Amino acid sequence: MIAIQNYLVISALLFSIGLAVAVTKRNAILILMGIELMLNAVNLNLVAFSQYDPNRLQGQMFVLFIMVVAAAEVTVALAIILKLYDYFKNLDLDEINSLKK
Amino acid sequence: MFDELLKNLDYTLIKQIAFAAFAVITVGGALYLLFTKSVLYAAYSLLLTLLGIAGLFVFAGADFLAVSQIMIYVGGILILLIFGIMLTNNKNFQRTNLQTNKIEVGHHNRFWAVLVAVLLFLGFLKIIFAANFHIVGKQIHNSSSLQQIGINLMTDYIFAFEVIGIFLLAALIGAVYIAKKEKV
Repeated sequence: MIAIQNYLVISALLFSIGLAVAVTKRNAILILMGIELMLNAVNLNLVAFSQYDPNRLQGQMFVLFIMVVAAAEVTVALAIILKLYDYFKNLDLDEINSLKK
Repeated sequence: MFDELLKNLDYTLIKQIAFAAFAVITVGGALYLLFTKSVLYAAYSLLLTLLGIAGLFVFAGADFLAVSQIMIYVGGILILLIFGIMLTNNKNFQRTNLQTNKIEVGHHNRFWAVLVAVLLFLGFLKIIFAANFHIVGKQIHNSSSLQQIGINLMTDYIFAFEVIGIFLLAALIGAVYIAKKEKV
């Protein structure tokens, strides 16, 4: 059997990389990708613990709802990003620094 | 001779090798996403990572979630992200290079961010190996978890299920409303 520590270490790695991606990248879409990575790391943790709870599967239910929330988050964020691009013609977050002229 | 080989195979070893392969795919994709400059390659490496996570879900006995991971993340979210990349491609930067799909983006304060991420990872490692998990339940995954998920969704989680449906509808309508072009 695969020990639970393996899942936890992979998940910790994914979370750290996701954090680094979200902080270092300058493009707004890449920051969204970093957030997706962090969400996936959390999902992996929940699923890994849920395998010891086969009668109720609470972790897997939680992951299902997290997936729906992530989908909603990405659609709204992309809509906002498209609007930003219409206005600034650029997605570099260092350049997008005014709320309204 | 081939049957002999199949009989003598150590299935736990094969399982561990496959698990390690999926783990390497997952982490490698994430690392490439961190260090690449091209936005499109980043999206493709995110695809690798998501597929690897779906594989890891299978090893944890979550077959339904693995399929929904592929359908929602790879089939939905990643396609949306690639649409976003294509729609926000600035033509002014493209005239200088001849490759049409080469969209590059720089990093800022990379040193500190990577340092913080590494420290965070070391902290997580310390916590994981210091915590002595005594797993109480038994681990069963001979059967599919699909039936249990269906029963759960219709009994214990029925309220959350309905609320998340309304929430998703509201989010999609809101996204369409925000993104629509305003007629002047």
